[in-house]
Amino acid sequence: MTAISQLQPLAARAPVQSTSRTIRVYFREAKYELLKLMRLPAFFIPTLGFPMMFYALFGLLLPQRTSGFDISQYLLATYGAFGVIGIALFALGVGVASERGQGWLAVKRASPMPLPAYFFGKYAMTVLFSAVLIVLLCLMGAVFGHVRMPASQWAMLMVVDVLGGIPFCAAGIAVAYLVGPNSAPAIVNAFYLPSAFLSGLFIPAEMLPSFLRAFAQFLPPYHLARLALTVIGVEPASKAWIHIGALAGFAILFTTIAVIAYRRDEGKTYG
Amino acid sequence: MSGTESVARLDHATKRYGPTIALNDVSLDVRRGEVLSLLGPNGAGKTTSVKLMLGLNAPTSGSATLFGGDPRRAANRRRVGAMLQVGKVPETLRVREHIDQFRGYYPFPLSVAEVLDLGGLDGIEDRKFGELSGGQKQRVLFALALCGDPELLFLDEPTLGFDVEVRRAFWKQIRAYVSKGRTVLLTTHYLEEADALADRVVVIDKGVIVADGSPSEIKGRVSGRRIRCVTSVNATEILSMTGVTSVAIDSGRTEIMATEAESVVRELLRRDQSLANLEVGSVGLEDAFLSLIEKSEAA
Repeated sequence: MTAISQLQPLAARAPVQSTSRTIRVYFREAKYELLKLMRLPAFFIPTLGFPMMFYALFGLLLPQRTSGFDISQYLLATYGAFGVIGIALFALGVGVASERGQGWLAVKRASPMPLPAYFFGKYAMTVLFSAVLIVLLCLMGAVFGHVRMPASQWAMLMVVDVLGGIPFCAAGIAVAYLVGPNSAPAIVNAFYLPSAFLSGLFIPAEMLPSFLRAFAQFLPPYHLARLALTVIGVEPASKAWIHIGALAGFAILFTTIAVIAYRRDEGKTYG
Repeated sequence: MSGTESVARLDHATKRYGPTIALNDVSLDVRRGEVLSLLGPNGAGKTTSVKLMLGLNAPTSGSATLFGGDPRRAANRRRVGAMLQVGKVPETLRVREHIDQFRGYYPFPLSVAEVLDLGGLDGIEDRKFGELSGGQKQRVLFALALCGDPELLFLDEPTLGFDVEVRRAFWKQIRAYVSKGRTVLLTTHYLEEADALADRVVVIDKGVIVADGSPSEIKGRVSGRRIRCVTSVNATEILSMTGVTSVAIDSGRTEIMATEAESVVRELLRRDQSLANLEVGSVGLEDAFLSLIEKSEAA
């Protein structure tokens, strides 16, 4: 601790002049978010491991073709949705709630970091982890479940699942600004697991009692699952726009709640 | 050494959290080149003051400015570094990675080597944050505040978790940092820390400023002596004696702070023949500070 005497006077400093400095700030937020999560088994074991484990159990090991459709292919679509939703809710909901509640976000906000860079880093990693999970699930389905589809269908399934995470990212941020770091995991789980079950992510919705299925229409995961099932031909293509519309609606609703929660928080802090 | 140019300011700032008033109509200027210490007990409003000046909290009324402008403007935040009290820092990132990330936010970053050196982090730069000791964690937060080579450095209770030796080394760093034309706002509840570092001490309690002056002026407010005894003379009577600055009665024992002991003791003995257990001692820094706070409570 001796080098302070070598500090230059204020006027003598030369700025690190770079038009790409801002871009690099965004890039670093994403990079360190990735490193942070990669080294955190409490994050990646449940969010990547559970969907793969459930898919292996229920989609690959249990009896096939129970209700006239290929269960390995069907559950590939729905467990993809399950995994993407979990990553969005835990990386953004629980992650932001914790960093906000424990004061770390305040340290970053006191710096000149643009706040969008923070959310960009989180969102970019949600997309990356989602893509990795979907690729792994697809490999499992193709290798062990003998799922066969044209390349365009594989690609479409990945796109639908990864982009379908957007409304859940917004839901995560809303939760992060509405509740504290200790209650966020409980709130997220209370929404995540029951709605995943009711939406037919674990057991095909076709096998659920009709009143449960009617109720599932109001749950965002249901529409993501049905959209993924549209890609593999289980759900009629004509209904795709209904599900896209529902997901867009939920995305707007959750974003609105997130913005209101952020503003309400601004009364106490600047967010 | 310190000029009159204000680099951060609270102007009649009041901050309420629901029914609680954290800060009540506080006006405060941080002048360029000074080390200003905001001294007060826990919950006095020190952290709230810092958060208002950093633009992290909005004042309920009044205003907070940095370099004469909105503290939330990136242009103003680039000139500031802040060491705040944090519950949890991402533990899976290495010290070097945290520094790399924060350096990137600033136009005039110090080199990684300089930051490591200033924070006293040489040798632990490749450790993950979660593997560090409490004192090392504080030093990383200090280092992150220095990454941008800030003109104005906010240190909120910086030496919590430091042992005495590290605390003194840390004080030296801050003094050296200021000698380069930098400004520091330091909050602490140790009068000793304020005394060792600050050019100016502002004592704050229950959201109100109770004293403002140089460390020696602050100590001078309650210079002198502490008198302890068992006496029947009541507090009001004692307070009216010349030189008495405060009186406290605790389980039958009376404790008196006074500018000088002799006249007070003479007067006490005159009024109370049965006075017993008389002790006279000098007032420590902590006592001086506590006495200021008590006076503000009595008022």
